[in-house]
Amino acid sequence: MKISNIIASGKFSAVSVSDEEREISGIYIGDLLSWVMGRAQADNAWITIMSNINIVAVASLVDVACIILAEGVELEASVIETAKSKGINILATALPAYEAAMELSGLRK
Amino acid sequence: MSDSLNFSYTVDGENFASAGQASVQVKKELRQLGIAPETIRRVSIAMYEGEINMVIHAGGGVAQVNVDDSGIEIVLKDEGPGIANIEQAMQEGFSTAPDNVRSLGFGAGMGLPNMKRYTDEMHIDSTVGVGTTITMKVNY
Repeated sequence: MKISNIIASGKFSAVSVSDEEREISGIYIGDLLSWVMGRAQADNAWITIMSNINIVAVASLVDVACIILAEGVELEASVIETAKSKGINILATALPAYEAAMELSGLRK
Repeated sequence: MSDSLNFSYTVDGENFASAGQASVQVKKELRQLGIAPETIRRVSIAMYEGEINMVIHAGGGVAQVNVDDSGIEIVLKDEGPGIANIEQAMQEGFSTAPDNVRSLGFGAGMGLPNMKRYTDEMHIDSTVGVGTTITMKVNY
């Protein structure tokens, strides 16, 4: 499953997408950044409601395929700018984390 | 690579938004050196946790990264309050971070355990009232 497949589903919008062709493998849900760094795997889609600037660094260090902001969470313009400059993919959805994960799981089939 | 390569960074203790810059920079440098991605991931996550700790607890410090034939060494040095009980600090979930830090998604008591998890060797040298030096090594 690619980032472009997720956007095409209509349930997720692109906030910062620099690599639409990036393949996603697995999902991780979490808001505590150290837990994410300890447990998330490279190429995961990371679903969170955290919106501060540090999510960009965490996504970069863990090398997740994308961040997915759940529950309609929005980012400040400066965070979006940083994500774009670092090539971090960020999507957003109105869905809660669980339903977002279910949606992704359905897309994989 | 016969000689050791050294990188040094100042970690700004005032600025939470810029925390992680040194780790991201190290990640970039190591990628240019052709280091294996999983090794880079381990080094940069361990270093980021250390950076965050220095910002939360110690008002910043200095991070040094040494690359040689056997692996990558990270030395984090601060002049913060020191760690009174290292054994307790190493337990997952134990945290002395203030609430404002928790609201950013940090302070879960996973920093030091993650640093140990991602490195092959870790040594904490800390004196209350003087500061803390953490030395970590990731072997190839």
